[in-house]
This record gives sequence, C-alpha cells and structure tokens, in this order.
Amino acid sequence: MSTATITATCPECDATVTFDRAPLNGEIARCTDCSAELEVVSTDPITLELAPEVEEDWGE
Amino acid sequence: MRIAMTYTRLRVEERMLIDAFEDLGADVTPVDLRHVVFNPTTLGDWARYDAVFDRSLSLTNTLTSVRILESLGVRCINPLRAIETCADKLATTLALIRAGVATPEVRVAVESEPGLEAIEQLGYPCVLKPTVGSWGRLVSRVNDRDAAESILEHREVLGSVSHSVVYAQEHINKPDRDIRVFVVGGNAIAAIERRSEHWLTNTARGAVAAGMEVTPELADLSQRAVAAVGADIAAVDLLECPRRGLLVNEINHSMEFRNSTTTTGVEIHRIVAQHTLNIAQAHASQAASDGDIHPVQRACDAPVSGERAGAAGAPSGEGALA
Repeated sequence: MSTATITATCPECDATVTFDRAPLNGEIARCTDCSAELEVVSTDPITLELAPEVEEDWGE
Repeated sequence: MRIAMTYTRLRVEERMLIDAFEDLGADVTPVDLRHVVFNPTTLGDWARYDAVFDRSLSLTNTLTSVRILESLGVRCINPLRAIETCADKLATTLALIRAGVATPEVRVAVESEPGLEAIEQLGYPCVLKPTVGSWGRLVSRVNDRDAAESILEHREVLGSVSHSVVYAQEHINKPDRDIRVFVVGGNAIAAIERRSEHWLTNTARGAVAAGMEVTPELADLSQRAVAAVGADIAAVDLLECPRRGLLVNEINHSMEFRNSTTTTGVEIHRIVAQHTLNIAQAHASQAASDGDIHPVQRACDAPVSGERAGAAGAPSGEGALA
C-alpha cells in the first residue's frame, strides 16, 4: 500500500520539497537541496516562497 | 473550548501546540495576523473564541493585536501587561526589583555621556543590551573603556532612537551555562541548562540545551519572577552568580521549547495548551455569568446615535479573520 507524498517546488532551486503531513499557511520548511528557508503561502496547491528575513522585533 | 492562536510564522512550536489543543479536544483556529483587519470598536468574529493565544514571532504584531483584543475584553494569553513588561528589559528589571526578586544590577542612561558613566559605575566587564530585543541580538560584553566608547558611538550614529537608551548590566561571571525554567500557571514545570563556551548562552547563538532538575530554589525564584510580570506562561532565564547565587536575567513571554520537550521529558506544549484551556474555561464561565455579552461589546452595541449605532453594532464578520 502506498502513501501519497505531499510535495511542493522550491522557488529558489526548483527542487522538490517533501512534507510528512499537510502543511498550514505560514508554516516554515527548509529545502534539503539548497537549504533555503521557505514559507508556505498557499496550501491548495501548496506554494512556497522564500521566508522573510529575521526582523529586529522577532524573538521570544 | 474555542481558541484562536495568532501567529505570524508557523514554527515547530506552533504545530506542536495545535496538535496538543486538538488532542485535548479543543477547537483551535490558527489566525495569521498578517492578514487581519482589526476594528477596535467591535469584537466581530473574535466573539467566536473563548480566548486568544498569542504566538506571534513579531513583538510589534503581538502588541498591536493584544492591545486591541484585550481592550475589547478578549482574554489574551499572555495578558498585555505581561507582554509589555517581558518585552522590555528595563520594565522587567523594574518589576523584579519591586517584587524583591534577585536580578543583576543595572544602570540606565538616555545619552552616551552619562551612558559611559553608567558603565563605569558597574565596572568592567559589563554587558550592554538593547532594552527591546531577543535571541542575544546586539548584546555586547564591554571589557574596557575603549570598547565602551566605541560601542556607544556606533549605537549613537548607526542605531535607531531606541538604541540611545543605555541599559548596562552587571556582568555575571557564571559557569559556562545559564538556566531556563518554564513556568505555566504559576508552576515551574521544567528546566534546562544551556551550555556554551561563548559567554552568550542563547540557543539561538549555538548553546546546547540539556534537561535539569527543577530544584526548590529554582522553582521559587522563577515562580516569583513570573508572578512579578503577571504572565500566565513564561520562560525565566537565570544566571548563577558566584557571590550572590541565582539571579533572574530575563523573562520570555512567548517561549520557544521545541528541543526542551525531549531534553526534559516534559510535554511542555501539552501543559501550556491545558493551562490555556483552563483560562479560557474560567473566562467563558465569567462571561456567561455576566450575561454572555462582554461589557465592551454591550457598550459598542448600545445605540449612541441613530446613524452611528448601526455601524458600531454591526454583526460579527467585521473582524476579518484570515
């Protein structure tokens, strides 16, 4: 029995990014090919953009 | 219970929390603050929720949303007062001093010249920090007067206005670690040590975390620190001073914990979710006894003039959630 793989395309290097479960909007992923930090901007279809750079007011 | 979890970036922590809420049978809605339009006069769609759990990575977004929601009577976790206090190192210091909680000595000035005097009152080395900032950003150890003058000049010329405040902290000659204690609902539930050969021991700067016992002393100090800032949920960073013992360095109102659940064996996310639900339940019960309409909503719905009453009392939907 096969399990459907959830994938999207890295906007930086065009590699396939795999998710182990359905991602949510705003979720952060990393491309294993180019190491780019990516953000899920749409879930149907799954669309990725480069994640924003760290801002001065980010933190705990 | 219905919980809105506001965020700007969905990290591992937020996924863990969503899972924990769902496991506990709660109805949790992630709300991306970047797509929200707030109307400060009406609850709108926010009336659906028993509480709002803030997990925004951006302090500006947190303060903006919680200020409005709390003003509308929404129970936010953490409360605005706690966020404002934890987010500002000077405000934290003042709250700790008022509560008699041991904390490193500080000196504060608003210009470079008295700033240099502030540093010299503490002696070298000392630590300069922006009053607002996280993950160890722009935190500097100042070893001598030359370095102090140089840093102050750089901040004056290159920094933002907020960097003109000189917040100088006593340097604590701690062992190669600091300690973080997670406090939820007034109870210290877990602790980690963060080790690094670098004097900065933030995990964001490469320190390695390991679980440790919550000793009665750690629990007492951390719980008193969190009570001093009025937080429901917080992580307390402590330093071990060879002369004065444990000192509370900082308190984090929106803690990261992805690696701390495995290192401590404590399901921090689950305890946090359960405590949030407890708060939401108490708030909902209070609202029910008040007639199920929040005072702010009642005030907004009250007809103040014929034309205006229609707009102010608009039904839910104006909250424009994501």
